[in-house]
Amino acid sequence: MGEKKKKIVKTIKIDLDKCNGCRACEVVCSAFHATPKYSSNNPARSRIRVIRDPLRDVYLPVYAGEYTKAECTGRDKYVMDGKEYDECDFCRASCPSRDAFKEPDSGLPLKCDMCEDDPPQEKPLCVQWCLNDALTYEEREEEVEEEVKPEDVEIGLESMVAKYGLQKVIDTIARISKKE
Amino acid sequence: MRYAETGYNLEIDLSRGNIERVETDPRDTELYLGGLGTNAKILWDRVPPETEPFSPNNLLIFSTGLLVGTPATGANRTIVTTYSPQTLLMGYSMMGGFWAPELKYAGYDKVIFRGKSSNLIYVWINNDKVEIRDASHLRGKGAIETAELIRQELKEPNAQVAAIGLAGENRVYMASIEQGRSSASRLGLGAVMGDKGIKAIAVRGTKDINLARPAEFVELCNEVLKYIKFRNENPILNVMTILQGLGSPQEMLHTDEKWHTENFMWGNARVRRKDFWNKEVEQKWKETQEMVRTRLISCYNCPMKCGAIISVPGLSTYMMKCFSKLTYAMAAFVDDLDFGFRIAQRATEYGVDGFSTPQIMAFAFELKEAAILTDADFEGCPSDNEGKFYWLLDRIVRREGIGDILANGSYWAAKQIGKGAEEYAHNNIKKHEQLPLKLGMLNPVYFLMYATGEKANITQIEGNFPQAPFSAMEERQEFVKDWIQVPDEKFKQYFLDWEMRGERSNPYYPTVDMSVDIVEWQEMMHYIDDALGVCAGLSSFPYKPPYHIHNYPRFISSATGFDMDEEGLKKVYRRNRNLVRAINVRRGLRRADEKPPEDHWKKRFPELEEKLLDAYYKFKGWNNDGIPTKETLHELGMDYIAEDFLERGILTNNEGTPGKEVSA
Repeated sequence: MGEKKKKIVKTIKIDLDKCNGCRACEVVCSAFHATPKYSSNNPARSRIRVIRDPLRDVYLPVYAGEYTKAECTGRDKYVMDGKEYDECDFCRASCPSRDAFKEPDSGLPLKCDMCEDDPPQEKPLCVQWCLNDALTYEEREEEVEEEVKPEDVEIGLESMVAKYGLQKVIDTIARISKKE
Repeated sequence: MRYAETGYNLEIDLSRGNIERVETDPRDTELYLGGLGTNAKILWDRVPPETEPFSPNNLLIFSTGLLVGTPATGANRTIVTTYSPQTLLMGYSMMGGFWAPELKYAGYDKVIFRGKSSNLIYVWINNDKVEIRDASHLRGKGAIETAELIRQELKEPNAQVAAIGLAGENRVYMASIEQGRSSASRLGLGAVMGDKGIKAIAVRGTKDINLARPAEFVELCNEVLKYIKFRNENPILNVMTILQGLGSPQEMLHTDEKWHTENFMWGNARVRRKDFWNKEVEQKWKETQEMVRTRLISCYNCPMKCGAIISVPGLSTYMMKCFSKLTYAMAAFVDDLDFGFRIAQRATEYGVDGFSTPQIMAFAFELKEAAILTDADFEGCPSDNEGKFYWLLDRIVRREGIGDILANGSYWAAKQIGKGAEEYAHNNIKKHEQLPLKLGMLNPVYFLMYATGEKANITQIEGNFPQAPFSAMEERQEFVKDWIQVPDEKFKQYFLDWEMRGERSNPYYPTVDMSVDIVEWQEMMHYIDDALGVCAGLSSFPYKPPYHIHNYPRFISSATGFDMDEEGLKKVYRRNRNLVRAINVRRGLRRADEKPPEDHWKKRFPELEEKLLDAYYKFKGWNNDGIPTKETLHELGMDYIAEDFLERGILTNNEGTPGKEVSA
């Protein structure tokens, strides 16, 4: 079993009802992440996007998360409070199914880094620039297990063996271990 | 590299179907900044004054402001410029929203249309790819509906669309250009767009906007945000609710309409209903507004919430701002706010100006009552107040029957109708309908702003100096204490000494010279905003705004990299002010045109009014007919205007004698 550790998790609380849809978060995010800092801005490079559909009252800020090579099957609709959202709207992934969270020229994926900076910023810039408090910064203490359970590895390997055959998995592991 | 601006305009010739990306002269940016300033320069250079508004040679310019697309809060305005079919003068109207920043990110500072398309088209600007597309399937569609259909058709939910409705297609003089929660409504720009055959312009841009000195610029932005926060937490006391905060008047937030309903005029800008507002109305109107208002919303990169999403049961959703919720209801004498929201929905889809249109309809019904228009003109018109307004609105935007005449605005309609109808078109300045406000005592500052404003709309001229004196000295002292926005300390004294009654009160105080000073300040801020594309709601319109003459030069110089100080910026303002005036002078504008409606104030002072105009012109460096002199133009580096004036006989080499008359 892994060791339990206490860890500060940086989070942003998003209050959809308070969003006025101005996209200041996108502006300052793209400016902060420009090189040199603030030298340019371009919301298409932002790591936060406001999914905006005024006529249906959809105002949904969402942050860039992990890159994924393949698109998922999530095309369902969520109806909340009488408003219809695409399942995609809530997803943080930089994925082939949409152009959000990718550098517009290179296509390279973007990911929110909570405005890592030296000296550190008090809060991410998007939060600082959201005067309507739709975005608020919160630090939470969480207990996490650092190590991966061996059983998980076994489950994973078993499914690989089932799919590709034992010999292929052994060969692959041998090749990977040589590289390392 | 060009900073803050892209350095390119998109030139689209609709007659030939030609599209070009043209590099602009950076020198023009230094001289005129951008937005209104460079639009005016283009209009002066390229559109001769003889050009009719509906001529293919007239240009229709959609411009961003210099700071649009930078992180500067509230820099999101689109400045649309052309010759107005309504006033025949230079028409420039602006809109907030999201369109201008998108255009900048697509890589253009302006889109300049010339010529005419033979069929209805829309333009799709997607970064470097620009297409003229058929829009015949969008004919007759509502402005908001059109934007939605285009986004779906292009599969581009992030495209920003500026569109006209039926009114623009039919060249109705009050036609607006609608875009999200904003519209460029005044002076008939939508009619020129329709005349050119443009149903809409859709834009999507994913390029960078660069800053010359980024760290300094963002520091300034942070100061502005901090000040906005401070002002939101510290409303100004002693003034009516809608003037206490920043932004455009917070008509979507507030439901207390005692001031508008009891001080603004009902019907055709004539009837004041001093006891209209009571508990029952207050309760009912509050309920209505809160029921239809889904969310308070903003324009691009602005924390204010001046607009709202409006969903009236049974009607398609639209967006609204300022006080068009009241204009139709008050013009129609309908005491139910629900009607205001319902008819505004239809009017927004048709794409008409919410200020002029209701007044023109009220004007028409007055003419009917006076038997100048006949029952035959209104055949099929319902008799109830609500029904008849819907009926007439439908006729106007389709130019059917009497609607065809009214679609030219009350000034031209009255001329065409004759039989004394002119008397009823009583609320116009420079042929254009004004706010339905009728007051007692002449206010010298407002007299000048109404008379001389090139925008022909008081809300785009008035601003930072209080509209009326405060009664108690302590209140005044409190107000001036942290009044950092004043260009000069003397303004504080003007305000401290301004009394409600007695010697130091309207109309003789502020004195003539003080009035000119005050107007200069208000105008200066509006002209700078309109060149930078910053919303007046954060600068020239409210009291104590975050942007002012002291921080603007640093914004401009850190954004663009060129030197700019207060003196330099004031000179740019004067250049733009004179350029806009020169364009209108060349179109025939003269002193005789510069007058507020006869009945705007009950107490008028002809002698004082002449003195005010004399002093204003003198201060501006204009001759007594309101024409910039050779010396003034030379000082501003605009000899090209003086030469043109001399050639046309507008100025003579013999300074002081007015040149020949040109009729507008």
